[in-house]
Amino acid sequence: MEQVRNIGEPILVVENVSLAFGGVKALQDVSFDVCEHEVRAIIGPNGAGKSSMLNVVNGVYHPQQGHVTFKGVRRQDMNSHEAASMGIARTFQNIALFRGMTVLDNIMTGRALKMKTNFLQQALWWGPARRDEMQNRHKVEEVIDFLEIQHIRKTPVGRLPYGLQKRVELARALAAEPEVLLLDEPMAGMNLEEKQDMCRYVLDVNDQFGTTIVLIEHDMGVVMDISDRVVVLDYGQKIADGTPDVVRADKKVIDAYLGVTH
Amino acid sequence: MQFFFEVLIGGLLAGIMYSLVALGFVLIYKASGVFNFAQGAMVFFAALTVVGFMEQGAPLPLAIGLCLIVMILLGVATERIVLRPLVNQPQITLFMATIGLAFFVEGLAQGLWGAQVHALDIGIPDTPIESLMDKTGMLISQFDLIAALICAVLVTLLAVFFNKTRIGRALRAVADDHQAALAVGIPLKQIWAIVWAVAGFVALVAGLLWGARNGVQFALTFVALKALPVLILGGFESIAGAIVGGLIVGSSEKLAEVFLGPYVGGGIEGWFAYVVALLFLLVRPQGLFGEKIIERV
Amino acid sequence: MLYRETGQFKTSYAADQQIFPLRQDRIGVVATLLVAFIVVPLVANEYWLEAILIPFLVFSLAALGLNILTGYAGQLSLGTAAFMAVGAFGAYNFELRLEWMPILGSFALGGVCAAFVGILFGLPSLRIKGFYLAVATLAAQFFVVWALTHFNWFSNYSASGVITAQRIEIFGFYFLTGQSKYLLVLAIVTLLALAAKNMVRSETGRAWMAVRDFDVAAAVIGIPVMRTKLLAFAVSSFYCGVAGALYAYAYLGTVEPDGFNLDLSFRILFMIIIGGVGSILGSFLGAAFIVLFPILLNRFAEPFANAIGIDLPSGMSSNLELIIFGGLIIFFLAVEPLGLARLWQVAKEKLRLWPFPH
Repeated sequence: MEQVRNIGEPILVVENVSLAFGGVKALQDVSFDVCEHEVRAIIGPNGAGKSSMLNVVNGVYHPQQGHVTFKGVRRQDMNSHEAASMGIARTFQNIALFRGMTVLDNIMTGRALKMKTNFLQQALWWGPARRDEMQNRHKVEEVIDFLEIQHIRKTPVGRLPYGLQKRVELARALAAEPEVLLLDEPMAGMNLEEKQDMCRYVLDVNDQFGTTIVLIEHDMGVVMDISDRVVVLDYGQKIADGTPDVVRADKKVIDAYLGVTH
Repeated sequence: MQFFFEVLIGGLLAGIMYSLVALGFVLIYKASGVFNFAQGAMVFFAALTVVGFMEQGAPLPLAIGLCLIVMILLGVATERIVLRPLVNQPQITLFMATIGLAFFVEGLAQGLWGAQVHALDIGIPDTPIESLMDKTGMLISQFDLIAALICAVLVTLLAVFFNKTRIGRALRAVADDHQAALAVGIPLKQIWAIVWAVAGFVALVAGLLWGARNGVQFALTFVALKALPVLILGGFESIAGAIVGGLIVGSSEKLAEVFLGPYVGGGIEGWFAYVVALLFLLVRPQGLFGEKIIERV
Repeated sequence: MLYRETGQFKTSYAADQQIFPLRQDRIGVVATLLVAFIVVPLVANEYWLEAILIPFLVFSLAALGLNILTGYAGQLSLGTAAFMAVGAFGAYNFELRLEWMPILGSFALGGVCAAFVGILFGLPSLRIKGFYLAVATLAAQFFVVWALTHFNWFSNYSASGVITAQRIEIFGFYFLTGQSKYLLVLAIVTLLALAAKNMVRSETGRAWMAVRDFDVAAAVIGIPVMRTKLLAFAVSSFYCGVAGALYAYAYLGTVEPDGFNLDLSFRILFMIIIGGVGSILGSFLGAAFIVLFPILLNRFAEPFANAIGIDLPSGMSSNLELIIFGGLIIFFLAVEPLGLARLWQVAKEKLRLWPFPH
């Protein structure tokens, strides 16, 4: 069923971003934009700078040059906390869950910015802290229902299989009710069934909550199926940008993937 | 001015002794990524063992030889009993384990040889060098100078051992990446046992020098606490850093004690090095010679 | 009534998030508290109260403080005793210099002083981790003891910094007997333990654990890493500070800065390693172990050695203590890194399934 979504104005604009670690140029002069409510994919071979790009967007890395504009605010570098409070949430390529905590607690951390009570109130527990906790628990339970992970609520995340851990990480990001969700290889290492599930969740998030999604993915089938527009990076540079059909036909993209010598 | 230099040189010579202890830390850290808090206890254990053998009637060289065997056994046992079960644990867990090891070794040392203070004479007189005193009027202890020379020789030997020998190269490989080292056929466990044995040897030398200087007593274990700021300054992985850090700590704390101490009531030697190291950490967390680590997500 | 949740349905999130969701556990806790508050003061003699139970409670509180910092927030500290010293000397000075200050106020303010010192020495944690940080907390250990010894103002100009704690008086009642001191300490420790449990089960605690487990991910999800770490230092040091004040006022009576040495810091670290890192219960179990063990060793080692015909030299039991503590630390880290508290948990899980093994 094809649903018509209202893709809006650009909400996130990356302009001429360059990032280097010592002598290694991870990103060179990369620019692209992400429109509200769209599903935007970043693809490219290993080491193309995809993860670095996401890390720049949510302030884990600080680019040497260039700007990121989010919701009209233009800045050279974000810090992670600012990015989170402006509504950017994120999952990681190598699962970055809090391994010593239960699934429920992990997802509750996603509500960190929505909690209104301070540690003294929380030390007392009764009163505002308890109310705060219950309200946020309620939201978290909605996310848990949405992703169908009720049965593992109280399980320590370290004990979960890989696919479920990925889902919990998505849940934690969703609990923050983000406007933009950055997904770093959400389907890597999954079997076909798990991939289909994950695709469905990603599309549902986009549909039901209107969340803008930026995702990195290696599975071309998935990318071409679910994304509205695709950016292709290679050796830290942007080599193509457009709808899946346009990108698929691009000569440079084919070369990059088939490994033509430069 | 002459007094200043006297203090400075005294500090530098004491600093070399710190370096010697720090060296033991660096060796183990480089090869196994373990921050061995028990190094001080090992120094104490070594010194006490030598004294113990001497009190049983063994001449000094024999006592040292026997102690060396004991230290090697201790190193091998540590690898087997402490390190092996904890392999792949977070560094901080290993660190806490070595605190336990320190307690164990201290208890063992005192249990075997008694807790009283022993004198240790290794035949180097602790008197000022007369010719230097005549010419410049500075009081520099002969003992300190010889100790410094011994340290220098030891450091050179270790540097050669690390850089030129097969075992040394294997050690560095292990330090870089355990898995990769295993994959190319380096026997990890043997290497670790060797490193701990070498660290035991370094502890023995340090124990002899410090013990001869200050008497063999429980306070020797605190020498390790002096070595920690040295490591922070020098970086945990650098032999050169241990030396330079030791010199900085030794000289700065002596100078601070003599020239700043009177204003604040003295006794600042105990923590001055830590504060220097701490301030330094804020500027350069990886130490003088350490490598900057880029965190990947 | 068997130990299991059968038939206990939770109909609200509040019920689900109780400290003890199981009715059997709640009964057990109430029973323990009743025994601690009523039975123990009635039956225990002065020796038990003053030499075992009070230090046990005081050390439990200190271990709890360290556990907040190391177990929950993941920042290793070797300066616990220094923060205790700040609490003890802080309380002493408030009591000495402000006549109107009630004693409980002095304890709390002593804790607040410790919290500030904790924040100060926690600042390096913003840039450094692991044992680099441990070395920074060692700086606190040495510096604080030095400062308290050398600036006589802190000890009201007494020789070598020794202070004698004032008498504890609340509303005209003097806490002079072991029994009354025990009850006071017990009440304070119970309240603070409850507050700690509340913190660790709400956002504060989740933020600590998140920073401990993965600081970059915590920052990305919107947890202010810097504030979270410093808060952990502050709260932890507050607990240690109050423990230090109680150590001086309810346990020893007379303390000197040197009493708060590195050895004490290590002992408290051992309590949480043996008791359970990241567990409130573990702090108590660990403290009980470290307090009781030397006493038992002293009492039984010699008769035992004599019985099997070995002559123990004097001072041997303190060396044995070092050896056994050191060995146990290594053993627990290698075999059960979550300590006695984890063993307790495993036992409970087994009990839930009993009599069916799976």
